[in-house]
Amino acid sequence: MTSLRRRSVLRMLGLAATVAAAGAGLGASAQDRNTVRIGYAISKTGPNAGGAGITTLPNYQLWVKDVNDAGGLKLPDGTRLPIEVVEYDDRSQTEEVVRATERLATQDEVDFILPPWGTGFNLAVAPLYDRFGYPQLAVSSVTDRAPEFVERWKNSFWMLGGGHDYASALAGLLKDARDRGEINDKVAMISIADGFGIDLVTAARPALEEAGMDVIYDATYPIGTSEFGPMINEAAGSGADSFVAFSYPPDTFALTQQMQVADFNPKVLYLGVGVGFPRYKELHGDNATGVMSLGGIDPGNAANAAYRARHREVTGQAPDYWGSVITYASLQMLQQAIERVGLDREAVSREIATGTFDTVLGETKLENNQLRQLWWTGQWQGDAFVGVAPQERAGASKPVLPKPAWGAP
Amino acid sequence: MLATTAIAGLVLGGTYALVALGLTLQYGIARIMNLAYGEIIIAAAFLAYVLYHGLGVNPVAGLLVVVPAGFAFGYALYGLMMRPLVARAKDRAGLETDSILATFGVLFVIQGVMLVAFGSNYTSYSFLNVGVDVLGATMAANRLLALCLAVALAGGLYLLLTRTRWGTALRAVAVAPQSAPLVGIDVDRMARFAFALGAALAAAGGVVISMYQTFTATSGVVFTMKALIVVIMGGVGNLPGALSAGLILGLAETVIATHVDPGLTLAATYAIFLAVLLWRPSGLFGRAAR
Repeated sequence: MTSLRRRSVLRMLGLAATVAAAGAGLGASAQDRNTVRIGYAISKTGPNAGGAGITTLPNYQLWVKDVNDAGGLKLPDGTRLPIEVVEYDDRSQTEEVVRATERLATQDEVDFILPPWGTGFNLAVAPLYDRFGYPQLAVSSVTDRAPEFVERWKNSFWMLGGGHDYASALAGLLKDARDRGEINDKVAMISIADGFGIDLVTAARPALEEAGMDVIYDATYPIGTSEFGPMINEAAGSGADSFVAFSYPPDTFALTQQMQVADFNPKVLYLGVGVGFPRYKELHGDNATGVMSLGGIDPGNAANAAYRARHREVTGQAPDYWGSVITYASLQMLQQAIERVGLDREAVSREIATGTFDTVLGETKLENNQLRQLWWTGQWQGDAFVGVAPQERAGASKPVLPKPAWGAP
Repeated sequence: MLATTAIAGLVLGGTYALVALGLTLQYGIARIMNLAYGEIIIAAAFLAYVLYHGLGVNPVAGLLVVVPAGFAFGYALYGLMMRPLVARAKDRAGLETDSILATFGVLFVIQGVMLVAFGSNYTSYSFLNVGVDVLGATMAANRLLALCLAVALAGGLYLLLTRTRWGTALRAVAVAPQSAPLVGIDVDRMARFAFALGAALAAAGGVVISMYQTFTATSGVVFTMKALIVVIMGGVGNLPGALSAGLILGLAETVIATHVDPGLTLAATYAIFLAVLLWRPSGLFGRAAR
C-alpha cells in the first residue's frame, strides 16, 4: 500500500513535469527558428550526482555559456543561433535516463542531445540515440567494447578508452620500473565490485601477468565500503612495492587517509576515480605527490591551461584531470561540425566521425568513432596531475618513483 | 593479529552504533519511522564542514553548535509535521505508514536544499586523521572518537532512561502511549522531546563521520539503511541494543574482510541480520512482540 501510494505520487509529479516541459516546448518550437535546442538528461541527484557534477554538467554549462556569449552556434551560412537548453534530472536511475532521453527526442524535439554520465547510462540510451538518429558523444564511459558498439550504433562515439587500455598502460609502467630495479615484481591489488572496478581488474590481471608482475594480494570489496584497514594491513604485510586500487571517489579519499594513518608507504600507489579531482590535491596537499591514477594532462598545453582557468572562473570549481577536458573537447567537436555542415544530424555525425577538429586537446581526430589520443596513466607532480603514459606521446612527463613517504598534510 | 582485528572491528562498529542511536530513539519512543534520518546526518556533516573550512572552528567544538541545531530542527519538525500525523493516526501501524510517507518527502526537501547550497560534489576534509596506538593496533583518532562518543552517548542515555523519573516517563510513552496520559504524562511533549533528541544524536553522528568519510548531498540514504539494520537488529528503541548490534556488525565485517574476503562484508552483514531476526524477531534486546 505504502509503495503503491508513493509510486502514484511520483508518477503524478513526473506527469506534471512532462506537461510543463511540453508546454514550454510548444512556445519555443515556432516555425521560424531562432534557437538551437540542445537537451540532456543527467544525474543531478542520487549516487551518480557526485561524478556527473564534476566531470559532465559543469562542462555542459560552460560550453553553453561560451557559445551563447559569442552570439550562439555558428551555422555554415555564417549566421549564429543561441542555444536553448532542455535539462532533465535522471535521479541516477537508468529507467529515468531512458525515459527522459525519449522525451527529449519525441516531445521536446531537441536538435541535439548531450549524453548522460556513466558507462551504464550511456549504454542504456545508445539504442535511443540510434533510433532517433542523434549523434552520441559518450565521454564518461570506459568500455573495451567500443569497436563493437560502433558497429551496432553507427552514430555513437566513445571517447574515454577502455579498461584494457588503462590496465595495459599501468602494467607497462610497472614493468619498466621493475626492469630499472626501482620496484620489486610484487603487486597488491584491490578493486570495487562494481562496473568500473570489475572492468579494470579483469583487464589488469592478464596484463600484469604478461608484464611478469606477481599479483600476491587480489581482493574485491563491495560498493559503500568505508573501512579499508584490513585490506591495507594485508597489502602492507604482503611485501609488495606496488599498491593498486581500482576504486570510486569515496573509497579513493578514504584509502588515502587510512594509508596515512597506517603509515603504509608503497613505492607505487595507483588509485582509481577521484585522484584527478581538484579536491584530492586540496585535501592532501603534498601527500598527493607521486600518487598515480587514470587520466592526466599535458602541462605544456596552453589551450588546456586556458580552459582550466576559464572553467574555474565560470563554474566556480576546477575541472578534474581526466574526463572534464575530454567532455569540453567533445562539445567543441559538435560545435565545429555544426559550423561546417549545419543542423542536419546525419551530416553532423558523419563530420564528427571523419573531420579533424581544433579543440582544447589540440588537433583532435577520431579513429573508428573513438578518441584514442588519451592519457592512460597520470601522476601528481607539483600542482598538476600530469600524463605519464603513453611515454611516447608528445608532452608526456617522466614518472617519478618511488612515491615520497607520507608527511604532515 | 587477532587483537588488531578485534580493535579495528570495534572501532568500525562504533561508527555504526553512533549513526543508529538517534534513529532508535525516534522510532522506538516517538514511533516515527524517519526516512530523512540520513539527510539530517549529512546536513550536520555539511554544517561541520562549513564551520571548519569557513570559520576555522574545530569540529569537536563544532559539536556544541551542530548538536543543539539538530535538536532544534528535530523539535520544529515534530511540531510542524509529525504532530498532526500523530493526532490523526488511529493506531501504531497507521502512524508508521503516515510517518514513512511524510519523512520520505522531508528527505527530498533536505536533500534539495543541500544540493542547491553545496552542489552535488564529493565533500571531505580531514581532521584528527592521525594514528593512535591501541594495544599494538594503529587506529585513526577520529574513528576512536566515534567509538567513544557512541559508548558514552549510549551509556549515558541508557542510565537516564532507566534511572530517572523523566526516563521512566519516556519509556512509558514507548511502551503504552494510550495509557501513559492516565498517570499524568504529557505524551505529546515526551514524544516530541525524544524525536528532537534523536535528531541531535544524528547531528552528533554527522559531525564525527564528516571527519573521515567523504560525503555528498545525496549520500544520506546509505546511513539511513545502515542505521535501520542496526536499530532493528538491536531491538527498536533500545540504546544498549543499538550499541551492541553496531559493534557486532563492525566486528563481523572486519573479521570477514581480514580472514575470508573483503568482498563478503556486505553479505556477512545481511547474513547476521537475517540470523538475528530468525532467532529473535524483535531484535537482540527487543521485547516480545505484543
